[in-house]
Amino acid sequence: MKMPEPDREVIERRAAIATALREIVPGEGVIDDLDERRAYEADGLTAYQTIPMLVVLPETTEQISRILRYCHEEGIKVVPRGAGTSLSGGALPLEDGVLLGLAKLNRVLDIDYDNRCAVVQPGVTNLAVTQAVSGEGFYYAPDPSSQIACTIGGNIAENSGGVHCLKYGLTTNNVLGLEVVLIDGEVFRIGGKHLDAEGYDLLGLLTGSEGLLAVVTEVTVRILRAPETARAVLIGFPTSEDAGACVSAVIGAGIIPGGMEMMDRPAIKAAEEFVEAGYPLDAGALLIVELDGPETEVDDLIARVEGIARKHNALTTRISENEEERERFWAGRKAAFPAIGRISPDYYCMDGTIPRHQLPKVLARMNELSEDYGLRVANVFHAGDGNLHPLILYDANEPGELEKAEKFGADILRLCVEVGGVLTGEHGVGVEKRDLMGAMFSEEDLNQQQRLKCAFDPASLLNPGKVFPTLHRCAELGRVHIHGGKTRFPDIPRF
Amino acid sequence: MTTTLKPETADQVREAVQWAGGNETPLEVVGSGSKRAFGRPTDLAYTLELRALTGISLYEPEELVLSAAAGTPLAEIERALAGANQQLDFEPPDFRRLLGIDDGGGRGGTLGGAIACNFSGPRRIKAGAARDHFLGFKAISGRGEDFKSGGRVVKNVTGYDLSKLMAGSWGTLGVMTEVTVKVLPAAEKTRTVLVMGADLTAAVEAMTVALRSPYDVSGAAHLPAGLTGTSEVSYVREAGGAVTAVRIEGPGPSVEYRCEVLRRELGRFGQTEELHGMNSSLFWAEVRDLIPFAGAGDRRIVWRISIPPQSAPAVVDRLAGRAGADTLLDWGGGLVWLAVEAADDAAFDEVRAVVAETGGHATLIRAAEEIRAAVPVFQPQADAVAALSRRIKAGLDPLGVLNPGRMYAGV
Ligand SMILES: Cc1cc2nc3c(=O)[nH]c(=O)nc-3n(C[C@H](O)[C@H](O)[C@H](O)COP(=O)(O)OP(=O)(O)OC[C@H]3O[C@@H](n4cnc5c(N)ncnc54)[C@H](O)[C@@H]3O)c2cc1C
Repeated sequence: MKMPEPDREVIERRAAIATALREIVPGEGVIDDLDERRAYEADGLTAYQTIPMLVVLPETTEQISRILRYCHEEGIKVVPRGAGTSLSGGALPLEDGVLLGLAKLNRVLDIDYDNRCAVVQPGVTNLAVTQAVSGEGFYYAPDPSSQIACTIGGNIAENSGGVHCLKYGLTTNNVLGLEVVLIDGEVFRIGGKHLDAEGYDLLGLLTGSEGLLAVVTEVTVRILRAPETARAVLIGFPTSEDAGACVSAVIGAGIIPGGMEMMDRPAIKAAEEFVEAGYPLDAGALLIVELDGPETEVDDLIARVEGIARKHNALTTRISENEEERERFWAGRKAAFPAIGRISPDYYCMDGTIPRHQLPKVLARMNELSEDYGLRVANVFHAGDGNLHPLILYDANEPGELEKAEKFGADILRLCVEVGGVLTGEHGVGVEKRDLMGAMFSEEDLNQQQRLKCAFDPASLLNPGKVFPTLHRCAELGRVHIHGGKTRFPDIPRF
Repeated sequence: MTTTLKPETADQVREAVQWAGGNETPLEVVGSGSKRAFGRPTDLAYTLELRALTGISLYEPEELVLSAAAGTPLAEIERALAGANQQLDFEPPDFRRLLGIDDGGGRGGTLGGAIACNFSGPRRIKAGAARDHFLGFKAISGRGEDFKSGGRVVKNVTGYDLSKLMAGSWGTLGVMTEVTVKVLPAAEKTRTVLVMGADLTAAVEAMTVALRSPYDVSGAAHLPAGLTGTSEVSYVREAGGAVTAVRIEGPGPSVEYRCEVLRRELGRFGQTEELHGMNSSLFWAEVRDLIPFAGAGDRRIVWRISIPPQSAPAVVDRLAGRAGADTLLDWGGGLVWLAVEAADDAAFDEVRAVVAETGGHATLIRAAEEIRAAVPVFQPQADAVAALSRRIKAGLDPLGVLNPGRMYAGV
């Protein structure tokens, strides 16, 4: 992975830059010490590491605005960081860049039940939002498995999802407003406590922009009243094909469960050994289907889902009897990544999405690839919306295994695109999938995206080296090419 | 004289845009023209009309996805979806009656147009807006070049989410030729709880109680006494006072249970009634299409005001005193429809100022062409946001050939 060539001239000014930043963020807010900086050298994609030139931890929007304006004027690159749980290297530091840590902006500013929203700073963790409102029976719907640690700012940047987004949407569907700072220090707000920010949908554009367009300094999220009841059903199937067909049949019957997750045999085994969730070890595939709503609705839908499962060769079904059991059913799924971490020295987590009916084909091909590469793979799968998380097991201490795992992963992602899917469902492009973007997009598609980058950050100082495989200069992208046939009127039906 | 180009293929759309760029001749871009009487008037010599670019290219009910050429009539889309018991969950409104455009009843508009305007109906509060159901597109940029974004799957964070940007951009950034949307199962049952005679403050309170409950309300609207008379639903027409409505949808037993509990809880705000099946659907279609303001002789100016729901009583209080003013509330109070006399030009500054205080925005939906040319149709933006919008436009349509000035002067 090639990152932009570090600017030696900037690195030489490191001490002066530290001094200037200390004027903006006094005291311990600027981290200069090598060992302390090392703590920030990677995010959740630990295969990539770079020690940042400096780390700055501001506490206010005003400080952030001043830091960005300074860096903009001085031509210094900036990498925003929340909790550093990104799995795509989105928060990977740069040798010649300032790492802008947002974790200190961690206050819940306003909870407004009557308008059904909460206003929080970007460093508040995902789970903390739900915890802040659960007393009144509310919650924040997107629930990534990393929710204890990851921040709302990071969720916005990655447009994160969770096991409940089949019914309740991704981050982008649950955000009402943002305060952001552009690289030149300009602060502005979009949206608020009302619906549908007007004009171009900058809220939608910024969500999922991976820290390349602006720094998020405040977030207004929609909060939802929790359903009266939620129950989960564990269904064991002989094969992944059966489980996949069952998922289609449930949705085909007009049922959109609160969550519908699938795990294959290796993932079931690893998770069960780790948390003892009560998963059926004889099953080739496991579905966890959660139904929520009033008691009557949940009973009715569970009966229907059970009926459908039986028709699709279900081996076992178990319905959670109480909250504790429901949470235990989920605990295995939510701990799937660390569970795999226990059975293999290292694992590499992939994140493609496919049209659901392609599942058998993709799994079969993945098994072939697994044989070819000689690396095992376990699968957890947001089955309802076709988002696959193949976990490739490898040992980084074995020479060449990491490279092999990466190649295997890239093959899987290309396969996802080939069957009509996409490179990443929720983890982002970052550095990890940057060079695969060409598998999905044409040169012109990518140019259009980069033109938007130019509208926000023409000098490309904010999180450069991520998302785009080749960087074009904004002047070059802005040029207009007049197409041939200047005056010839097109031969099109006209009236 | 306006020349209308009606391309039948994406290649022809590209040709038209390239021609426009080469000759620096801007194009008015429309679907079928069902919302033409809204927005800033463009007054251009050439119109690019997409209604001949039709056809559903992919519909997989079990995958909840549909792709169609951008000019495909909504009527055709909804027919296909109904065949599999599905629907566009964002309830795209049909404003032809409101805007005085009559092209023969039925369902108006194209799928591309519905997305380009990002208008959503009463279910917005639960299901999200058009943009939340928009998965991907193919388009021709103002540069005359093909580009695409998104895909056919819901979970997708590959690159910037250009679908969001295209939704609500009113054809100013690109001409969409194909769009892909998420579709959802239609509810098995729909019922509506009516609360009779609540005044505005009580109505917002009642809707808030419903929306704060765990009963998954999918519509919350309030019609004051003067606006119930046009309804085709007799319970509403003959209410003899204000009507506050709360919609419940879902599987049968669940809907019955939730209606029962809500009726009990809302009883303290007034006498309650219940609309079932057809009556319920009819009522919400009237709210969606703003039928109470769409009377044949009604020429009043209509504003669409999006605010925090709890601001509704104060906002209405300050604006409803104007001559001939009427207000209808949707989205639990978060959407205020305001009608004022056509001659009341003093209303503009006041509406904008009152709304700005809440952080929300006001859009001029119906007004004579001269007014729409003279007054900003969309809420004026903060300088930084306006500048950013201009830079975005300049990136995708540097020659300004696509619907220039349709949203804002210079964009
Ligand atoms: C065990 C594990 C499980 C996970 N499960 C899920 C899951 O279920 N679903 C899912 O979607 N993801 C999951 N993730 C991925 C990750 O947690 C999410 O992407 C998360 O949103 C990242 O948040 P963060 O605060 O850690 O951001 P970081 O990793 O610090 O940063 C991520 C990106 O956001 C940018 N950024 C951060 N804050 C801001 C800001 N305030 N303004 C602008 N840009 C900013 C950074 O520059 C970077 O590009 C998982 C990760 C792990 C390690």
